[in-house]
Amino acid sequence: MGDQQRPAKKTAKNRPKPASTNEPAFVQLLTPEGQRVKHPDYDLTLTDDEYRGLYRDLVVTRELDAQGTALQRQGQLGLWPSLLGQEAAQVGSGRALQPQDTVFPAYRELGVQWCRGIDLISSFALFRGTDLGGRDVAADRFNMYAIVIASQTLHAAGYAMGVAKDGAVGTDDGEAVVVYHGDGATSEGDFNEALIWAGVFNSPLVLFCQNNQYAISETNARQFRLPPYRRAEGFGVPGVLVDGNDVLATYAVTQAALDRARHGEGPSLIEAYTYRMQPHTTSDDATRYRDEAELDFWRAKDPIVRYRKWLAAEGLADEAYFAAIDTEAGELVRELRSRVMALTDPELTEMFDNVYAEMPPTIAEQRAQAVDFQASLEEGSDVR
Amino acid sequence: MTTMTMIKALNEGLRRVLEDQPKSLVMGEDVGMLGGVFRVTDGLQKDFGAERIIDTPLAESGIIGTAIGLALRGYRPICEIQFDGFVYPAFDQLVSQLAKIPNRSGGRVRLPVVVRIPYGGGIGAIEHHSESPEAYFAHTAGLKVVTCANPADAYWMIQQAAAGDDPVIFFEPKRRYHAKGEVDTAAPELELYRARTIREGRAATLIAYGPTVDVAANAAAAAAEEGMDLEVIDLRSLSPIDWAPLFASVRKTGRAVVVHEAPGNVGMGAEVAARISEECFYSLEAPVLRVTGYDVPYPASRLEDDYLPNLDRVLDAVDRSLEY
Repeated sequence: MGDQQRPAKKTAKNRPKPASTNEPAFVQLLTPEGQRVKHPDYDLTLTDDEYRGLYRDLVVTRELDAQGTALQRQGQLGLWPSLLGQEAAQVGSGRALQPQDTVFPAYRELGVQWCRGIDLISSFALFRGTDLGGRDVAADRFNMYAIVIASQTLHAAGYAMGVAKDGAVGTDDGEAVVVYHGDGATSEGDFNEALIWAGVFNSPLVLFCQNNQYAISETNARQFRLPPYRRAEGFGVPGVLVDGNDVLATYAVTQAALDRARHGEGPSLIEAYTYRMQPHTTSDDATRYRDEAELDFWRAKDPIVRYRKWLAAEGLADEAYFAAIDTEAGELVRELRSRVMALTDPELTEMFDNVYAEMPPTIAEQRAQAVDFQASLEEGSDVR
Repeated sequence: MTTMTMIKALNEGLRRVLEDQPKSLVMGEDVGMLGGVFRVTDGLQKDFGAERIIDTPLAESGIIGTAIGLALRGYRPICEIQFDGFVYPAFDQLVSQLAKIPNRSGGRVRLPVVVRIPYGGGIGAIEHHSESPEAYFAHTAGLKVVTCANPADAYWMIQQAAAGDDPVIFFEPKRRYHAKGEVDTAAPELELYRARTIREGRAATLIAYGPTVDVAANAAAAAAEEGMDLEVIDLRSLSPIDWAPLFASVRKTGRAVVVHEAPGNVGMGAEVAARISEECFYSLEAPVLRVTGYDVPYPASRLEDDYLPNLDRVLDAVDRSLEY
């Protein structure tokens, strides 16, 4: 057995060349070398504090996400889907949102959640298994994580229909809805139905595709022949491709799409071209389907390195500032870590209590039986 | 009391919902201009407007998925799936999203969505237009599943389903659509999740729902002519099931026959039989028997009379039960 050639090598040799090494023409405002460049359609002007704030968001997001991976490795979480490499896509789009906007995430949107100012503990509780990730979604304007790929795109399309029905579009303070999904989701029927719905009802919806090049092990070549931002046009929805590792470009592009939506001009699709530096989740082994050379190619495009270079070159931030952010991120990580470790197992009855608004007698009966049975076991152990 | 068909009763019930609940919506394929392929929503768009009576694109997953989103926004959608056999493209949105989001949220989110599905056979239709998929949904925690058997229940149950905050799958027996019945529009006779004893008797209990209630009632009438008094119960609610009247009846009669159109294998009748055997074991004079569709795909329509439970098959099962 040991002498046989590993099948992984064969797979690596035969698989289609990943699209990730053929860089497409996308909207870019900041090169991987940290050079600010102009784009004919998009520009971004922020205050100095806002520019510095984006750096803080990027670093904090990366550190909190890394803690998710660490906690899983230490047995404190059952699973963690890392966003490493996708920080700019999430922070740029997350910061472009207005308070009245509503987000429908997939399950890797820790950076967006951070930008929305929502307690991150719900995402950690979900992956620790102490609850199912429930939050007050109406107050947060940030819905629960959606595990079934693309299912949330239809929820967002329906919600956006409701926003338009309420007459909450057409002004500068109109509401927009953004739904996050990946490249794999574009193969699902629900994603395509969401585009049809958003198109025919002219809903205030922005579909934000983080094309991180992989649906677990499958490359873009197995998901589409025409990239999603071009497919959008077939639905009568404008599509744009943006450098997803450029926080300024994703901010500018998302802001424009949200403005379009909030003014009642309809839906659009953003394809943020980025890369998932970690395996799909902590349960995945990415060495079976990609190599170091590919990772090196993307390391050179790191979203934080380029942004830090630019901030320093512009004189917007110095080493003392960067060090202070590192310190703050470290404190946030420590605080989060202790809160995650303190998450305790739920009560037995919790599985019964929230299934229905009006609990049927059948479930009430099973709940009582389960409680009695548990109590009988505890009594029994006392006797022994 | 007014006499009307089930279609008219549903239409009138929906009108009451739309009048009483400004956030309610009707959405589905052809429900607007056309009034639905069975005309259940006839005239609603004219009276309530295209913003509330929404002709959707032809995609069932999209109908349920966007209804969930509308409910998250505070709306109360009543969806129509055009035919039983067309519900499956929406299966994920129904069983993994609509059913589970409220529980996932820890009770913070409620999704008041009603999904109307014309179901069952007996209308000479082509494939996919005569199915009985109720067991899939009754098996799914988070959904409530009900079915009406007469115009009065149709009128009230659709309003009761729309009034609650839980998702309800509302099955309408399409071969009973044109049957007329008395409807008291002043007040409902029963709560939504209650079974109804429609005929009292002591020899055996017939348990039916939706389209087979009429079959069971006719069988009981025929048996009465032979001096045999059968009790007939209309389940009305398939999830949750109102067990108390069933157990009381079987404790009285000692015999039960469950009648439904869906295949018997892992169907509603299996659950009813299991629970009766658990709760009424010492009262039973015979095993609980089932008269159901066969465990085959719904046949070509020229064979459906042999597939569907009918008076003779029900009486045959009653005879077998009594002979034990």
